[in-house]
Amino acid sequence: MSIGHTLLGLLESGPRHGYDLKRAFDEKFGHDRPLHYGQVYSTMSRLLKNGLVEVDGIEAGGGPERKRYAITEAGITDVERWLATPEKPEPYLQSTLYTKVVLALLTHRDAADVLDTQRAEHLRSMRILTDRKRRGDLADQLICDHALFHLEADLRWLELTAARLEKLREAVTR
Amino acid sequence: MTPPPGSLLAAENLRKAYGPTTALDGAEFSIHPGEMVAVMGPSGSGKSTLLHCLAGIVTPDSGSITYDGRELSAMNDAQRSALRRSEFGFVFQFGQLVPELTCVENVALPLRLNGTSRKEAERAALAWMERLEVDDLRGKRPGEVSGGQGQRVAVARALVTGPRVLFADEPTGALDSLNGERVMELLTEAARSAGAAVVLVTHEARVAAYSDREIVVRDGKSRDMERIV
Repeated sequence: MSIGHTLLGLLESGPRHGYDLKRAFDEKFGHDRPLHYGQVYSTMSRLLKNGLVEVDGIEAGGGPERKRYAITEAGITDVERWLATPEKPEPYLQSTLYTKVVLALLTHRDAADVLDTQRAEHLRSMRILTDRKRRGDLADQLICDHALFHLEADLRWLELTAARLEKLREAVTR
Repeated sequence: MTPPPGSLLAAENLRKAYGPTTALDGAEFSIHPGEMVAVMGPSGSGKSTLLHCLAGIVTPDSGSITYDGRELSAMNDAQRSALRRSEFGFVFQFGQLVPELTCVENVALPLRLNGTSRKEAERAALAWMERLEVDDLRGKRPGEVSGGQGQRVAVARALVTGPRVLFADEPTGALDSLNGERVMELLTEAARSAGAAVVLVTHEARVAAYSDREIVVRDGKSRDMERIV
């Protein structure tokens, strides 16, 4: 997730202090990983330097944490561009698993074991998410659903690979 | 392999062939009271045959199945039927509700077959229909309700006799994601509150994620992932 773009987006509804930004971020997006204050201030410094935010006011007695930030026109355009750009699908898991499967076949190990172990690990994560979804509110449910569908997609690839192991063995050991 | 101590239902070294086709080739299984175990595997792997053997619907060619310490193969047909009626509940991919009966009559049917009076059976049926959030369908016939509602009626029917084991074979297989999810949430909740163990056959990971653990069936052989990982 782009923290910079998310903080910028939160500023679109009106100027906020760094502390308010952190609180809003944690409430809406930081269920598992709340932001550190340091992350907020370093991100805001960068956005300030790039002209995407400006200091709207500084409260009396304030250090840097008392600054109030407002989004600039350039910042709004940046958020708009970010929202309009699709995320790159992450092929890492498949690549790593594929490597493991092929390596298992090449070394005459049981490649189905590799896939079974991975399925069990995926299902373990899916159980945790399903449980969290059951206890959570709608926001939790949607966040968990997103993760669940991704894990499910991995598992579909895994099942397909499991069904083609013999053919793959023939292909890689030829 | 000896079944783990305290198993309610356990199978060892099950073999079953249909003509030249081997469906089960030494499959193992065990489930504890109140536990939910997913049986996963690709189509044709033998998972439904395993469920049918465990439920006493199909007799394996060899191997042992014990329910609550009793060997299924030592029972005659009448005893196995009695076991299925009183101790087991069933939900299949398609609800298999009786189309001529109303939903409440469908849910009450297993109790009626066991000799319970109509009034008492329908009272118990309605209580289960409330838990499955389908009590408003009491007077409707299966043809008048949606697929998701029909499956919830089928779950209520499966649980109305207070079974100790619920067998669910692809219970959401014919439903869309949202309806499938609701059926699984309600099925899990209802089975857990009733203390029923659930044998859940599914090829869908999202459905299996409601279980406590999974076994994988491939080419008639089973793998208990909890014992491996």
